[in-house]
Amino acid sequence: MKKILILSTALTGFAFAANADITVMSWGGAYGEAQTEAFVKPFIAATGKATIMVDSDNPAPAIKAMVEAGNVTVDVASVEYADGIRLCDEGVLEPIDVASLPAAPDGTPAADDFLAGAVTECAVSTDIWANVYGYDTTKFTGDVPKTAADFFDLAKFPGKRGLHKSAKAVLEFALIGDGVPVADVYSVLSTPEGVDRAFAKLDSIKADVVWWEAGSQAPQLLADGEVVMTTAYNGRLFAAAMNEGKPFQIVWDGQVYENEMFVVPKGAPNKADAMEFIAFATSTEGLRASAQQISYGPARKSSMAEEILYKDGKTVMAPHLPTAPANLTNALLSSAEFWVDHDAELNERFQAWLAQ
Amino acid sequence: MIPATPELLKTADGRPLREALVAAQARSKRKAFLLVLPLLVFVLLTFLIPIGYMLKRSVEHDGFSKSSPTLTAWFHANPEFDHMNPPEGAFAALVTDLAQMQADKNTGMAGTRINYTVPGSISLFKKGAREAGDMQPPFKEAMLKLDPAWGDPALWYGMESAASKWTTDFYQVAADRKLTATGWERGDDKQRIYLYLFFKTFLVSGIITLICMVLAFPVAHLLAVLPMSKSSLLMILVLLPFWTSLLVRTTAWIALLQEQGIVNDALVALGVVSNENRLSMMYNMTGTIVAMTHVLLPFMILPLYSVMRVIPPSYARAARSLGATSWTTFRRIYLPQTLPGIAAGSLLVFILAVGYYITPALVGGAEGQLISNLISFHMNKSNWSLAAALAAMLLAAILLLYWIYDRLVGIDRLKLG
Repeated sequence: MKKILILSTALTGFAFAANADITVMSWGGAYGEAQTEAFVKPFIAATGKATIMVDSDNPAPAIKAMVEAGNVTVDVASVEYADGIRLCDEGVLEPIDVASLPAAPDGTPAADDFLAGAVTECAVSTDIWANVYGYDTTKFTGDVPKTAADFFDLAKFPGKRGLHKSAKAVLEFALIGDGVPVADVYSVLSTPEGVDRAFAKLDSIKADVVWWEAGSQAPQLLADGEVVMTTAYNGRLFAAAMNEGKPFQIVWDGQVYENEMFVVPKGAPNKADAMEFIAFATSTEGLRASAQQISYGPARKSSMAEEILYKDGKTVMAPHLPTAPANLTNALLSSAEFWVDHDAELNERFQAWLAQ
Repeated sequence: MIPATPELLKTADGRPLREALVAAQARSKRKAFLLVLPLLVFVLLTFLIPIGYMLKRSVEHDGFSKSSPTLTAWFHANPEFDHMNPPEGAFAALVTDLAQMQADKNTGMAGTRINYTVPGSISLFKKGAREAGDMQPPFKEAMLKLDPAWGDPALWYGMESAASKWTTDFYQVAADRKLTATGWERGDDKQRIYLYLFFKTFLVSGIITLICMVLAFPVAHLLAVLPMSKSSLLMILVLLPFWTSLLVRTTAWIALLQEQGIVNDALVALGVVSNENRLSMMYNMTGTIVAMTHVLLPFMILPLYSVMRVIPPSYARAARSLGATSWTTFRRIYLPQTLPGIAAGSLLVFILAVGYYITPALVGGAEGQLISNLISFHMNKSNWSLAAALAAMLLAAILLLYWIYDRLVGIDRLKLG
């Protein structure tokens, strides 16, 4: 199945790429649309270079397969932060020189303009997204959930919970909900007792959890009334509330946020053009344009210098971004280093725990 | 009178008949082979080579071995060293290799390889490689001061094993074993998952096959005995799922069976269940079995139908006229003749069910996870070798079952349509 998937991805990629200068592979859906509007269309207008967007469930394994097979048809891919590091370690990606990225309008070099960690050896951040939880405002009268601890409080807020079926971000969220200060989460999670503690917290709600797998499932579960609150990618809840008028409220307490990265696979057919595209997309204006399309924050300080409005022309984006100061009061930056080391181990434990 | 020696039969142009026949047959064989050639090339390119490649991946990984020549040489020279307390020479070799890795920028690859068996090694290697260049002897002391994890015996077992590019490490992990201070051992119960999932996958596939068989039998019979006009309409209904996307079908089941779904709404409206006690039919094993049965049902109906269609109704009539009850007629006359169809359908459904992963991922919830979901997880997380080892074990298990099946039923009795 997987092989067919990779093969067909590679073949469709090839079919598309045949007459394009630059092929960008991203996640599709609302996110892919936002990147098309914010990066691809303006880039074509500015340079005249044919650029096309192809969708993938997850571009990281697809580009790895291409590089291994020696038949790379994608020039730029959007991958998770930890994958950007992992694939770079595995030698699958081209290094990206931070000095080649454009400076801010006031002349600040890119290296200082980007937030800490937003540019790595082989990857540049396109946006910052968060794992948050949200609830349906019509399901609560009086007291409403406000903290990460409330998510795990079945006595105070009865009803089913939606949770991502993955160890990453869920274990951190459980520890924050158990009262671990965000600064200590990864040191606690590095000990066997800390892992036990996170699973004990999840045990307390296990019987009432509906697990979701694809990003679009979370808002759907909430909309169907299957759950009264669910963790989700913040942009998905925002899009459901803005575009479909759903009564969803995001709780930012205990959010786990991370960068999404653009990378260039090794052996990309149009490497120079790919670098040009990345420089264009991750410029101050490029990142601003992306934040106007979807509620994921820009990783450049200069992009936030002026107020960002949503594409409807009136909603101020700042309060909806994971990087807004008010949303960062109790927030955790996802540790790529921790997950690169422990992903397989903790996921095995997570699957074993699920099956119990 | 003794007849003369018969002359060899000859063709019109005077060649011996036998020779001409052989030549003609060889020609048509060549033609037939040329016709099959595209398929053969296709199967070879898209099926056998990728599978062979994946199998190779499960026993080969040179991430560490190609960047650790000094340590590899040391391991060869000292096969009996004490893993609990490796000597200075081992650390000296390690530091040499780490410094070289830093220069060649392949620390991550080496760390990733060790991380597969000893979690936490990637950051350990990166930190070690950054410092290795400036390190002074005694190296053992310096390394342990940098991070006591360098003294972990499991890490030394891991490096010793990874120093060769051929390895069984991934099969050890896939068999729920873990590297400990004394080598490979049975893993912690909290961590054991793969063998359990293998068992569960085969159990669930067996249950689905049984349900499909029970559901498909009457439908296929109906298809076979109805007049053509009605049976073709019924056939369209059977084939309809094939024309709909798998995801759409799965999502439709979610809309039907979830707690706020149509079925539960109807039951509540009819007063069968109260609003507080809505049935949980989705995001658990029930959901997985229902959705997968639906998806796989046509694969059982079609082979059954093709067998039943050609069973002459006169056999059953003959049995009845000889005094058999309808049950006896079914059991001794009809059922045995449908066996090739049942066998083919079961084999198809079972093998397809064993490899399923999209449906369980979407509707399975916590308990509906199958082994393919973990194979997919490791593909996504860059551990292709472990994914390949798990896939190879799945393939081996299926081949074993196929062999047993051949022994019991006989593959030549299959009738696929």
